Amino acid sequence: MLLIYCPYCEEERSELEFRHGGDAHIARPTNIADITDEEFQDYFFLRDNPKGLIFERWRHIHGCGRFFNAARDTVSDKFVMSYKAGEPKPNLSGEPTATEKTVETYEATEGTAK
Amino acid sequence: MSGANRIAGQGRLTPARTARFTFDGKTFDALEGDTVASALLANGVHLVGRSFKYHRPRGILSAGPEEPNALIDVSRDAARRQPNVRAPVQEVFDGMKVSSQNRWPSLAFDVGGVNNLLSPFFAAGFYYKTFMWPKAAWEKVYEPFIRRAAGLGVAPTEEDPDHYANRYAHCDVLIAGAGVAGLSAALAAAEAGARVILCDEQPEVGGALHFDTSVKIDGQNGYDWAQATAARLEAMENVTILTRTTAFGYYNHNFVGLVERVTDHLARPDKTLPRERLWQVRAKRVILATGSIERHMVFANNDRPGIMLASAARTYLNHFGVAVGRKVGVYTANDSAYEAAFDLKRAGVTIAAIVDNREKPGEAVLAEARKLGIEVLTGHSVVDTKGKLRVSSMSVVRNGGGSARAIPVDALLMSAGWTPSVHLFSQSRGKVAYDAASGRFLPGTYAQDCLSVGSCNGTDGLQATIEESLAAGELMARATGNEGGGKVELRGENAFEWTGGMAGTGEGAGIDTTVKAFVDFQNDVCAKDIRLAVREGMHSIEHIKRFTTNGMATDQGKLSNIHGLAIASEVLNREIPKIGLTTFRAPYTPVTFGALISHSRGELFDPARKTPMHAWEEAHGAVFEDVGNWKRAWYYPRSGETMHDAVNRECRTVRNVAGLFDASTLGKIEVVGPDAAEFLNLMYTNAWDTLKPGRCRYGIMLREDGFVYDDGVVGRLAEDRFHVTTTTGGAPRVMHHMEDYLQTEFPHLKVWLTSTTEQWAVIAVQGPKAREILEPLVEGIDISNEAFPHMSVREGKICGVPTRLFRMSFTGEAGYEVNVPADYGEAVWQAIWARAEPLGACAYGTETMHVLRAEKGYIIVGQDTDGTVTPHDASLSWAVSKKKADFVGIRGLKRPDLVKEGRKQLVGLLTKDPKVVLEEGAQIVADPNEPKPMKMLGHVTSSYWSENCGRSIAMALVAGGQARMGQTLYVPMPDRTIAVEVSDMVFIDKEGGRLNG
Repeated sequence: MLLIYCPYCEEERSELEFRHGGDAHIARPTNIADITDEEFQDYFFLRDNPKGLIFERWRHIHGCGRFFNAARDTVSDKFVMSYKAGEPKPNLSGEPTATEKTVETYEATEGTAK
Repeated sequence: MSGANRIAGQGRLTPARTARFTFDGKTFDALEGDTVASALLANGVHLVGRSFKYHRPRGILSAGPEEPNALIDVSRDAARRQPNVRAPVQEVFDGMKVSSQNRWPSLAFDVGGVNNLLSPFFAAGFYYKTFMWPKAAWEKVYEPFIRRAAGLGVAPTEEDPDHYANRYAHCDVLIAGAGVAGLSAALAAAEAGARVILCDEQPEVGGALHFDTSVKIDGQNGYDWAQATAARLEAMENVTILTRTTAFGYYNHNFVGLVERVTDHLARPDKTLPRERLWQVRAKRVILATGSIERHMVFANNDRPGIMLASAARTYLNHFGVAVGRKVGVYTANDSAYEAAFDLKRAGVTIAAIVDNREKPGEAVLAEARKLGIEVLTGHSVVDTKGKLRVSSMSVVRNGGGSARAIPVDALLMSAGWTPSVHLFSQSRGKVAYDAASGRFLPGTYAQDCLSVGSCNGTDGLQATIEESLAAGELMARATGNEGGGKVELRGENAFEWTGGMAGTGEGAGIDTTVKAFVDFQNDVCAKDIRLAVREGMHSIEHIKRFTTNGMATDQGKLSNIHGLAIASEVLNREIPKIGLTTFRAPYTPVTFGALISHSRGELFDPARKTPMHAWEEAHGAVFEDVGNWKRAWYYPRSGETMHDAVNRECRTVRNVAGLFDASTLGKIEVVGPDAAEFLNLMYTNAWDTLKPGRCRYGIMLREDGFVYDDGVVGRLAEDRFHVTTTTGGAPRVMHHMEDYLQTEFPHLKVWLTSTTEQWAVIAVQGPKAREILEPLVEGIDISNEAFPHMSVREGKICGVPTRLFRMSFTGEAGYEVNVPADYGEAVWQAIWARAEPLGACAYGTETMHVLRAEKGYIIVGQDTDGTVTPHDASLSWAVSKKKADFVGIRGLKRPDLVKEGRKQLVGLLTKDPKVVLEEGAQIVADPNEPKPMKMLGHVTSSYWSENCGRSIAMALVAGGQARMGQTLYVPMPDRTIAVEVSDMVFIDKEGGRLNG
């Protein structure tokens, strides 16, 4: 169970108190009625699903109720940071961790195979 | 003495404190502190169970949680019975009943043992190959047969009468394992001031010090030092020591699950105590001091009762005072087994021989063996054993050939070396690395804030373990901000440093043999099965594991994984690290469901939500249905009425007189603020700025993709205040959806949202006499048709309490929905009922509500829509504003697929035979004679018998439905095909005049 820092409550709380809200920093177009099918597809349907760093939304639904953003490593599930909604996407340079080349479990090895 | 094999002066149990238990009906004496295994061995019982597949006689292999063989059924009384308990882990209590498993008619004579003779037919993959054809036989013959034959224990049938507890805990440092390493780490961390939780699965701390009596720490006997250290730690405020507590799961962000066995060892447990307690620990840092597990040797017939791990024999002798035999053989590839022989020899047991498959054992142990006069056969191997229900001899050969020498023994100890317990480390998603020099998998790359210390980290040597653990304890304490205390120093001495170890098969069980050399005892996997799996094409360890079931038993391969890997590696001619290790999963050892669910059972499993009128409904005979967590009155049968009768009566009564309906479960959201209308304009397809205060409107909410998400009536109470209703099931997600947009997309809007679902009780009064019923009860509101027309809302009083009174209808009749504060709900309901009943009105439930709304073609979101339906598909185009520049879903609605011809549209269906009621979910086709697969046009979404129409009615999603009005379509059912005619969805009062009645 994840331990998540709520930037509004300024506390680490258990995942039980939160709800995941999908990718962060995807702004709803202000002219949404007029955008093309391709633009709508990019805005609504397509997501990156990265291996590594992801910026995502969380809501402290059983706490303060606020939505906020967090940067998490999808491999280790470690949170790099969380920050208030509306704050700019932080510039976290580089990949979080290089892929380990030591002996791996079979599953891990298979997981890296494309 | 409790048992002939108890040796006076040996062990740590108190001879005066005894307990009695039965094993397969026979009574045995034990000492307090015995495990079932030690007590049986004390009484000379080695035969304890039968193996899973071949039903071979099996004994006690180990003295710990890795035990694969000695699985027993333990009961306190009829309801308190647990199968598959590991005999070396279960402590004896006075009066316990123990039974063996997987045998019939008796343990000594088991009919299933015929499987052993038939074993050539039960090779690895037998089930996969044999139970393939005919396909139909799988469900009726094969699966029931396999299920009956498989499984060792029998699950209890009675409800578990015990209770279980659950506890959350936080600490700076959690230490798993309280052997030398764990205790040292705990001392250092605690002295530095850290909040420490130290847990160990055994009843007392000490770990390997239970058996290793040659260890001294600070001049003190190791086991005594451990107990003294535990006492010292216990006395510290910042330390919690949990014994009989297994750290079974290591999850994300240092969240570790522990299970504490509170009463399973007590003869007469206090009824207020939980049987087990689940600890959910969030630790800032974790230290893994989980030790290592000795491996068995893999050779022919290595599974007979009396053959066991050397360290286990040492535990039984040094801790429990039990000699596992009188004439004991040793077969080893590792020095540690020698010490078992030394201890037994000094206790007066004959050591037949130490057979060491190495040419050069450790010099120190070899010298000591010679000194004690023990015959050591280096470069020799045990290639077979004899003995039906207990080992009687071992067959020894010189490595590389020569004739076999049979040596009589009544117990055979073995050791192939020690496997570090990296289970928790691996569960933490750390990656293990293979250390070729020692042939072990060790913690490699850490994924979480933890450290491994001692033998689970591959650290050999007592002093090295102590120093590593002290350093780790202090480091972790400092890392969590603790600055107290001085340095802890400890000095350890032991008699011998152990060398050696092997993995895989030895002499006589090699690659060219087909002997039964067991790798996984519990699942009866032999070395030859693993080789067969490889020959049949399983080249990854994951496939080999599943094909042979190696490591898939309840012990999860604690003994077998490394051997299995080594054997596969040999056949594949690939190095062990290239084959990899299967991933360890939680739990480390089996955890009861009781501990995991704790109090969440029975009524507390999923708490019911009840409306304020629930008690009245119950008293008036309502049958309830579950809607989400809500208990809703479904129908109110009178004496002798079936559900069908009751619903028909309720439907007639509402249309002819009136009915009362509890609508309290409807979701309610108060939307307040200067921008409330603008916000609702964005959230719903309708226009809200044109709605006048005091009026209501039916609104549709879409998702951004254009599909219907929710619906409900919204009343405007003031310029800046709306009373929004949602579907019963949709309330939380609609609130979440609104908050999401308000906080993140439209934060400039000044709006405040409050969920008021549980604050308002809602009483729907529907039917021609609704006004007559309510009029005298209402104060301050003119409810005449002219002053209070359909789709209006007013605030005032009813029965002297505040109300928000809605004029609205979900039945097609003139109707009201009386909202009162929840606490007044029942009283107001009773007051209304007191007026309604004498006028001939009824209370009606959700089933009648469904029929009445269907008669009018009112949809239910989630029943008539399924997340792929647009408002246009549902004939609700009128509710979609064409003037608004934006609302959620405005762009989605224009997607090419959503404006395409031929979409499924909601229509009415009338069966040609009015008596036939369609089944909801039934498929619809145009041509019933079309060959299969037929083209499905859609499906029935709602279908009822309508008493008011005198016929069946239905709603359906049908491709191009609007263009098919009057067409005949067909609903094929297993036994017949039903002809239907497509119609509009309003089956009664098409002009809607009754609404204004």
